[in-house]
Amino acid sequence: MPTVCDTRSEMAAVQDAPVEADNEKEIKTETLNDAAGNHASAAGGVIPSPPVASTSSSGPAKAGGPGSEEQQTLMAVLQFLKKNNFVGAVDVLRREAGILEDSDESQGQELAASALGGAEAGDATCTLSRASSCTTSTPAVAAAPAKGGEDQPDVNVVLSAYSQQGDPALYQGYYSGLKKFVESVLDCHRAELSQLFYPLFVHMYLELVYNNHETEAKAFFEKFSGDQECYYQDDLRVLSGLTKKEHMKGNETLLDFRTSKFVLRISRDSYQLLKRHLQERQNNQIWNIIQEHLYIDIFDGMPRSKSQIDSMSGSLAGEAKREANKAKVFYGLLKEPEIDVPLDDEDEEGENEEGKPKKKKPKKDSMGSKSKKQDPNAPQQNRIPLPELKDSDKLDKIMYMKEATKRIRLGPESLPSICFYTFLNAYQGLTAVDFTDDSSLIAGGFADSTVRVWSVTPKKLRSVKSAADLNLIDKESDDVLERIMDEKSASESKILYGHSGPVYGVSFSPDRNYLLSCSEDGTVRLWSLQTFTCLVGYKGHNYPVWDTQFSPYGYYFISGGHDRVARLWATDHYQPLRMFAGHLADITCTQFHPNSNYVATGSADRTVRLWDILNGNCVRIFTGHKGPIHSLAFSPNGKYLASGATDGRVLLWDIGHGLMIGELKGHTDTVYSLKFSRDGEILASGSMDNTVRLWDSIKAFDDIETDDFTAATGHIHLPENSQELLLGTYMTKSTPVIHLHFTRRNLLLAAGAYNP
Amino acid sequence: MADREERRFAEVPRESIRLMAESAGVELSDDVAALLTEDVCYRLREATQNSSQFMRHAKRRKLTVEDFNRALRWSNVEAVCGYGAQDTLPFRPIKEGDLFFVEDREVNLVELALATNIPKGCAETMVRVQVSYLDGKGNLEPQGTVPSAVQTLSDDLLKYYQQITRSILGEDPHLMKVALLDLQSNSKIAALLPYFVYVISGVKSVSHDLEQLNRLLHMVKSLVQNPYLYLGSYVRSLVSSVMYCILEPLAASINPLNDHWTLRDYAALLLSHIFWTHGDLVSGLYHQILLSLQKVLSDPVRPLCSHYGAVVGLHALGWKAVERVLYPHLPAYWANLQAVLDDYSVSNAQVKADGHKVYGAILVAVERLLKMKALSLSVNAEGGIGGLPRPGGIMGCRESSPGLSPPPEPLSEPGLGIASHLHAGGAGCPWEDWTPVPLPAMYCELYSFFGDSLAVRFSTGPSLGNSPPAPLAQPPTTRKELPGGTANLDTARKMPQLTANLNISPRQDGSPHGELTAPSMVSGRSLARSSSSSSVQRSRSSSSRPGQRPSGLSRDVFPKARFNPLPAGPPIFSFVIGGRQMGRRCQGRRFQTTFTPSQPLSAVSSRTYAHKLPVIGRVGKPVRRWTCSQYSLHLPL
Repeated sequence: MPTVCDTRSEMAAVQDAPVEADNEKEIKTETLNDAAGNHASAAGGVIPSPPVASTSSSGPAKAGGPGSEEQQTLMAVLQFLKKNNFVGAVDVLRREAGILEDSDESQGQELAASALGGAEAGDATCTLSRASSCTTSTPAVAAAPAKGGEDQPDVNVVLSAYSQQGDPALYQGYYSGLKKFVESVLDCHRAELSQLFYPLFVHMYLELVYNNHETEAKAFFEKFSGDQECYYQDDLRVLSGLTKKEHMKGNETLLDFRTSKFVLRISRDSYQLLKRHLQERQNNQIWNIIQEHLYIDIFDGMPRSKSQIDSMSGSLAGEAKREANKAKVFYGLLKEPEIDVPLDDEDEEGENEEGKPKKKKPKKDSMGSKSKKQDPNAPQQNRIPLPELKDSDKLDKIMYMKEATKRIRLGPESLPSICFYTFLNAYQGLTAVDFTDDSSLIAGGFADSTVRVWSVTPKKLRSVKSAADLNLIDKESDDVLERIMDEKSASESKILYGHSGPVYGVSFSPDRNYLLSCSEDGTVRLWSLQTFTCLVGYKGHNYPVWDTQFSPYGYYFISGGHDRVARLWATDHYQPLRMFAGHLADITCTQFHPNSNYVATGSADRTVRLWDILNGNCVRIFTGHKGPIHSLAFSPNGKYLASGATDGRVLLWDIGHGLMIGELKGHTDTVYSLKFSRDGEILASGSMDNTVRLWDSIKAFDDIETDDFTAATGHIHLPENSQELLLGTYMTKSTPVIHLHFTRRNLLLAAGAYNP
Repeated sequence: MADREERRFAEVPRESIRLMAESAGVELSDDVAALLTEDVCYRLREATQNSSQFMRHAKRRKLTVEDFNRALRWSNVEAVCGYGAQDTLPFRPIKEGDLFFVEDREVNLVELALATNIPKGCAETMVRVQVSYLDGKGNLEPQGTVPSAVQTLSDDLLKYYQQITRSILGEDPHLMKVALLDLQSNSKIAALLPYFVYVISGVKSVSHDLEQLNRLLHMVKSLVQNPYLYLGSYVRSLVSSVMYCILEPLAASINPLNDHWTLRDYAALLLSHIFWTHGDLVSGLYHQILLSLQKVLSDPVRPLCSHYGAVVGLHALGWKAVERVLYPHLPAYWANLQAVLDDYSVSNAQVKADGHKVYGAILVAVERLLKMKALSLSVNAEGGIGGLPRPGGIMGCRESSPGLSPPPEPLSEPGLGIASHLHAGGAGCPWEDWTPVPLPAMYCELYSFFGDSLAVRFSTGPSLGNSPPAPLAQPPTTRKELPGGTANLDTARKMPQLTANLNISPRQDGSPHGELTAPSMVSGRSLARSSSSSSVQRSRSSSSRPGQRPSGLSRDVFPKARFNPLPAGPPIFSFVIGGRQMGRRCQGRRFQTTFTPSQPLSAVSSRTYAHKLPVIGRVGKPVRRWTCSQYSLHLPL
């Protein structure tokens, strides 16, 4: 069992800070409860929580007491592991369970217990990371019994919920009866009740398949699949291929659907209507499905319109529950560290050179005062321990400020110039691109497992001399930093070899000393840009890692991949600090919040989730996309989030209120890249359809803010037409835009590979 | 099921499954086959759906074999053997049975190896940047330049190509100019490069038409000068076209009225231009060019115009090339040339005129050879004085000699880098040590050929039995070098000095003076002095010269009579700046800062008197020729 705690000073500090240990566990329970049906949740599952009244009412409703149920789950997992001869995992799990139960009873025994466990336990991160090792040895199927809340650890048990026998011939009748009823109700209710069709259709079909009524299932599918919303096409396609009970095992999409409750939001009136109808008709079949597999989130007030519903639905598991988005999110920015001395120097320089001494001083003061006044929405400065600024970082900050003074103010009238970096001869192999913040370097990840770094400036890339040569240089000299560089190695580009599969994500560290890359081989690698060698390979995801991203303050980074878990890492730890489990499908993209306290993940389950780094909570779930999400961008002020998906739409979210506030339609293919300009006035989106589009984000946000938020329901009217927000469409020549970047002066850089 | 009406997905018919099973040696009953078929279809769909994920993350639209294999691997299924292909594989049915197969042609390796068309290599992945939209104002036209390796020709490009070739090869000179100018600056024609190169390679078919050849060469020039074009291996093809123009006895040269000489000169200029700007693209190019030039030169059967081409080609490639190829070959060649020149028969008139051309070309080439050699030696010596180590010396003098006329130094350097295998002196020796023939000896020999036609003059100490000025001026040097003698001068030479001989040589009847006077004096005073003295000198020598020339004497008798081929003492060259001798120890004076060999030459008039030969190849304006001589004897057209 690896020991990680002793080296983790920062995270230990986190633990000491505002959150109590108990708190943490409660949080994990919640994660567990709404993270359903994937093996990642097993990680949560192995941590039996104290019998705290969980905030999530969505938890298994029929469970007698959370504690006993957890216990059962645990036994189920153990049984499963034993059956499959995962001896090591069983041991670990036992130990874990023992430790945690002890710790529940008394904090004092915790140390002793952890000593027994052979690992320095004592903070939740540690537990988490150990849980991860346990998880990874457990195949995805194991998750199902754990979540199912059943005693017997077998997949069949999960599916056995379908075993209730209704007459297969009647299914069509049930469904069309409901359909008739919904068509007959008042218009205002019809749209709401129509939401029922899709989940009912799927569950009824699956029941038929499960009970070996193949022909009936096919007929049912034939008859009603056409009625479903077009944005469920992808899932329907998967379903239609599935006609045998045997196929149901091991089909992940199906398991997701089975094990997670499909969430619908329906107004109280409509719900009453439905309930009355079903009771009158004695339609138990449908009523059972609703009871067992659907979660109906009832709200008081006006029923929603069709367009309102459409804008929010589309995700794999329905809409987000309203409670899921209630947690407070500190979306404000952190106070900028004050760099006094060098800034004064800079001012003097400015005086000498330009002869306008007064101009910069007040500006600095205003910035200072602004940052002194704590933003009420900002997290505490030390909520997440951040690395100390080094001298070089300070210099870089100064450079940044200098550049910022020359920044062009963008707006609908002054659009940015666009520079396009075309990757030539990439042979369809370019998979990821990143720029450094100062736009001096560009990195590309390639399908041939290489990462290539180019210098965009005339300054060539040099690596540090070898150790033997470094001994020879005069360490006292002023230009020692220059002397350590090996002139002979200077070249325009460097190739980094190390991965054994396509590289799907690259990310520069803010100080430009490191580069992260993640790959199909399941690892995230950290590269030094001083020596151009690999420093660390972070292993944890045992499946392809789709994206990785450095924190804006460095040190931390996030990764997410096919295993549906996002992991938070620190560069000096080889095991993750946090695991964010809850997505029902692959995590396709990750993004750090500008204040480094939150991360956003986009997933193939068509939801965006926002996670709190401090405690690992999922604090926001955004639904509304109709396809896998492939790009995310936070606005520079931290208030808004933009997400782009394969359906070509870009959605805007208000993080504080947890609402969708805009829909930008225009792209005709996957949006692979999103970026706000440095001041947040313009949102640029780059897509597979070979265009870059610029959107007026100020207007998009303002239009919403003038409305009074119906925050209670979260149902907002989106402007019908997003065309007036579109400021420009810029074509490339057969070059999908896969990365966008605003320079510090607001020049837009785009990158992509020419695709003949 | 195969019999299902709805065909949303790819389905494998039952018969196929049975066939496959049979090929594996298993008999399937109908039921089993049906079940298996269904399962296969389902698994196939599942794998396809999984593989699409890999495609999406690779940001592609096309699902590849690799994606599919990955999906299989991650679902713990053995991956399909084989390799992924960029192109779609043709999937063919067999008529007789329900069998489909991927066409897999046999490749004849011998044919492949000997094939003349070399397959397109995988060009290096690179990043190119361009400003696509300025201030958000761009057009909706597709943007971007595209490499030739990946481009298919669009209609627009095709039209452009037709227009350009038509205008260049057409009648309208104005149109041609516009076309050439566009060719030179258009950034989007990378895809057309192979086509243009092909057109240019058509020189062989128009060797009768000087005008067309000229135009094609201009096309080469425009392509070479286009900063957006990456010529790559097309350089080789361009060079061979240009070499054709330089070396081949063109059909057009049968008619003496055709000025094919100018064409050759221009082609040589172009050759050197290509080489110095794009020579690094093809390794060994320099060597190859030298070899082919040498071959032509040493082939007596070739017509004189070919020889002329070889000489100007060598000249254009720089003095090092001249030194290594032309100079060693000169004695052998001289005999042939002289035979031609001495034949006064009428039938030989045309050939003789050609011979004069060649003579002039050689003369110009060796003159520059001498000049540059002397310059490089003295520059090196200067570097040596500065206390720099030898290898560093090159660097030092390169940096500190901005006053040099641009070509010489840069010229000598890449030539060395690329053609280092030409070093006869053996590996490892620094290049400045490699001087197969010491300058004085070379000068002596060349003087024996050309006599006073040589525009370059060196003071050779014992030229006319005079007491050598060298030992007086440079005692330490002499002492060191005396034992070595001329043979090892090249290695032992520390401080060769070039002199204009103004104030050293006391007599005016000797070798003509003032040719290589210190150019462009720094101070006005010295300038005045030197020019005045040279003019004086010239007037004197011109007055005395004619009388000295014995008219009937053969060419080589005359110079040898006055020239001591084996100098008794080590010759000392000194270069005069402003009338003062540049001593070895006067470090304060940077020799190369004052050496710009253009100014004083204006004073040099054509020396028709110097030789009985009519002056060839340097008619009229020596100044212009001199300034432009870096690349060619003639001005660009």
